[in-house]
Amino acid sequence: MGKAARSIQNRPRWEVLTETAIEWLIRLCGISAILFVFGIFFFVFREGSGFLFHGFNVREFFGSTEWYPNSQSHVRYGALALIVGTASVTVLAMLIAVPFGIGAAIFISEFCGPRLKETLKITIELLAAIPSVVWGFIGLTVMNPLIINLFHTPIGLNVLNGGLILALMSVPIIVSIGEDALKAVPDSYREAALALGVTRWQLVHRVLLPAAKNGLLAAVLLGVGRGVGETMAVLMATGHAVQIPTSLMDSVRTLTATIVAELGEAPVHSDHYQVLFIIGVLLFSITFVVNLAADLIVRGIRSK
Amino acid sequence: MTSRKQLSEVMARTLFLLMTLLMVVPLLLIVGYLVYQAWPILSLDFLLTNPKHGMRAGGIWSPLLGTIYLVVISLAVAAPIGVLAAVFLNEYARDNWFTRIVNLAVVNLAGVPSIVHALFGLGAFVLFARLGKSILAASLTLAIMTLPVIIASTKEALAAVPKAFREACWNVGATRWQTIRHIVLPNSISGILTGVILQVSRAAGETAPIMFTGAVFFKAIQEGHLFAYGLFDQCMALSMHLFTISTQVPDVPKALPYGTAVVLVSSVLAVNALSIIIRLRLRTRRKW
Amino acid sequence: MVTPGPTLEIANLRVRYGHREVLKGISLEVQRNEVLGIIGPAQSGKTTLLRILNRTLDDVPGVVITGAVKVDGVDVHQVKDVFALRRKIGMVAPLPVGLPLSIFDNVAFAPRMAGIRDRGELAERVERCLRQATLWDEVKDRLHSLGTRLSGGQQQRLTIARALSHDPEILCLDEFSIAIDPVTTMRIENVLKNLRAQMTIILATNLVQQARRLADRTGFLLNGELVELDRTEVIFSDRPANRKTYDYVNGLFG
Repeated sequence: MGKAARSIQNRPRWEVLTETAIEWLIRLCGISAILFVFGIFFFVFREGSGFLFHGFNVREFFGSTEWYPNSQSHVRYGALALIVGTASVTVLAMLIAVPFGIGAAIFISEFCGPRLKETLKITIELLAAIPSVVWGFIGLTVMNPLIINLFHTPIGLNVLNGGLILALMSVPIIVSIGEDALKAVPDSYREAALALGVTRWQLVHRVLLPAAKNGLLAAVLLGVGRGVGETMAVLMATGHAVQIPTSLMDSVRTLTATIVAELGEAPVHSDHYQVLFIIGVLLFSITFVVNLAADLIVRGIRSK
Repeated sequence: MTSRKQLSEVMARTLFLLMTLLMVVPLLLIVGYLVYQAWPILSLDFLLTNPKHGMRAGGIWSPLLGTIYLVVISLAVAAPIGVLAAVFLNEYARDNWFTRIVNLAVVNLAGVPSIVHALFGLGAFVLFARLGKSILAASLTLAIMTLPVIIASTKEALAAVPKAFREACWNVGATRWQTIRHIVLPNSISGILTGVILQVSRAAGETAPIMFTGAVFFKAIQEGHLFAYGLFDQCMALSMHLFTISTQVPDVPKALPYGTAVVLVSSVLAVNALSIIIRLRLRTRRKW
Repeated sequence: MVTPGPTLEIANLRVRYGHREVLKGISLEVQRNEVLGIIGPAQSGKTTLLRILNRTLDDVPGVVITGAVKVDGVDVHQVKDVFALRRKIGMVAPLPVGLPLSIFDNVAFAPRMAGIRDRGELAERVERCLRQATLWDEVKDRLHSLGTRLSGGQQQRLTIARALSHDPEILCLDEFSIAIDPVTTMRIENVLKNLRAQMTIILATNLVQQARRLADRTGFLLNGELVELDRTEVIFSDRPANRKTYDYVNGLFG
C-alpha cells in the first residue's frame, strides 16, 4: 500500500539545491534593510567623526548663530541659526498643512461619494509625486513674485515661501495617514452617534477626531519628519541668509540647505567637510526618532 | 432634520470641500502654468539636443539620457533585493524580536532624508568603495533610497494573497518556495509592479542624492545616441539640470527651465498614471 | 509489503500555545485501514490533533509540543523529509479552498511539486482523483477553467481530489462538512466509504451522527482530553464508559 506514496518522491537533486540557494538569497536580502540602516549611520558618522572627537565644540554648535566656516581668521561653526531656520519653516508648514490636510482627510473619509473619493485620492497621490526640485522651482518662479507683489517686500525667498511650499509637499502624507486613522474608527461609533441624531459636524468634532487622535498625531509626526529632512525645495525657496528670522518675510537657511550649498566647495576631509557630515548625523537622528515614534503609533492603529 | 441642523450639515460639508479643493487646485494650476510658460520650446528637438552656449540654449538630451540611466540601473538593483526582502518578511520570517527589528529598519530607512542618502553615497560608494563620482555610485545611492518603499509595497501585495492558499499548498507537501513561486508570486505580480513603477518617478525626481555622487553641472555627449554614457562616467540629470539652470546660471531664457520642469513633471505624472492604471486593472482581473 | 504495527501511534501528547494548554496528554493508536472518528465540541483540540500529524502546526508562534507522534513507527518530528510526510497524509480543511489555478492544475499541483512531469501520467492521475472525489462528471469539459470559480461543495470535492493526488496512506478530514450543503456532504460520505479499503481515515467532526455513520471507532475529545475511545457502537450505546460521553452524544451539552 505504501509503495504508491514512495513513488511520488522524485524531485531532481538540482532542483532541491537551487531551492536551497534561493532561500538563502531571500534570507540575505531580508536582513539587508538592517545592514543599510546601520551602514548609513556608520558611513555618515565615519566621515565626520574625526573632527567630532577632536576640536568640535558642541556648545558653540548648538548655542551660537555665528556660522563662519570659511573665515580666514576665526572659524566658527555655530549652527543655531540653521536649526532655527529648519524649525521655523517646518513649523509654519505644519501650521498650514495639518488643518488643511486633516480637513481634506475628513472630507474624503466622511463626506464624499465613492467616485469623487477615487478622483481626489488619485489627485493627492499625483501631488505627492511632484519632485522636490520642481517644488523649489515653483517657489522661485511662482511664489517669489507673488509674495513680493502681495506683501511689498524686497525679496520673496523667505520663511513664508519655504513654509507654503513645504506645506503643499506635506499635505499628501498627512491626508493619507489621517484617512487611515479615520477609517480605523469603527463604524459602530458613527452609527451610534447618528442614531442619537447628531449632525455630521458634531460627529466629526466630538466623536471621530478624539477617537482618531493617535493616528492624526502620527500623521503630524510624519509630516514633521518630512519637513525637517526636505532639501531641494527649501534650498531654492528660503533664500540664503544665516540668521534667526524675526518675521515671516526674513530669509533663512535650513540645515539641509547648508549641506547642499557648502559640500561642493569644502575640501574633502577638511574640518568644514566633516562638520557638514556631523549635521547629517544630527538630521538622521532627528528623523529616526520622529519616524520611529510615528511608526509605533501607526502600527497600533493598523493592527486594531 | 431641523433647518438648523441642515444648515450646520451644509456648512460642514462646504468647509471640508473647500479645504480639499485648496489642496487639489494648486496641482492643476501649477501644471498648467508650467506648460504655458514652457510652450515656446517644447518639441522633439528639445529632447534630442544637448544644452548649448553654457546651457542658455539647446535642449536637454544629456540630462534626459542621464536620468534614464540612473533610473534603470538603480531599479535594476533595488527591485530584486526589495522583492526578495519582502518575500522574506512576509513568507519566511517568524514573529519574533528579530523580525520586528528588521521591519523597524525598513521603516526607518524609508524616513532617511535625501541629503543624508547623499552623504552616505559619498562616504560609502564614492570614497570607500572607490567608485568615484560615477553613474554607478549615484545609481547605487538611489537604489538604497528606493529600496524601503519597494519592500513595503511588495509586502502589501504578498499579504493580499489569502493565507488559505498557502495552507492548501503546504497540506499537499509543497515546500515554502514552491508555494511562493507557483501561487503567491504570480498572484501578487501586479501589486509588486505598481510599487516598483512608482519608484521610477521617485528616482527620476531626486536631486540631492545624485549631486555629490555622480551628477554634474555639464557634460557633452553624443546626441541621439542611446549608449553615450559609461558606467563610470559622470552624467547630467534632469533634476539636477533644473536646479542648475534656475539657480546657478544667469541669463537663461525663461522657457528653458520651464521646459525642463515640464518634461520632468510630465514623465513623473505619466509613470504614476501608469501605475494607477495597473492597479485598477488588477482589481478587475482577480482570480479569486 | 505491508508494514506491521499500527499506522498511527500517539503517546502522551501535550500541546500548548504559549500558556494555554490545548491537548493535555493524548494517547491513542490507529490501525491500518480503519476509520477513526473524533467528536467533541468546538475548541476541544480536534484541529490541533490533526495538524500535529502533518506538522503544519510548526509555524504557529509559541507552540510547544511534547510526547511522541509516530506514523508507521517513525516520530513525525524526527522524520527526514517533512514534505514526504505531508504527502503521506491527506488533509481536508473545514473551509473549501480552490487554488487560483485551473481545475486540472489544482489536482496536478501536488504530483508536479513532487517531481512528476510526464503529461500523460499527470492527466491519468487527475482523472482518477477527480473520479474518486465524484467531481469528474461535472468538470470534465472545463478542466482548464479556474478552480476558484467552483461552488463551495465542488471546491470541497476538489480539495479531496487534491488530497488524493499524492497517494496518501492516511486521510484526515477536519469538519469537512461545516461549510457545504447536506447533499454534497452525503456524496462525500459515500466517497469516504469507498476509500476506506485503500487508506486509513481520521475524521474529526462536530456532527456526531456523521461519526456514527462512518467510523469504526470513535474518540470523544473534550477540553483537550480524550475522555473515551472505543468502538462506535459502544460510544453511541446507552452505556458508554463515561457519563460525559453519553451527555455529549445525546446533545445534553456542546
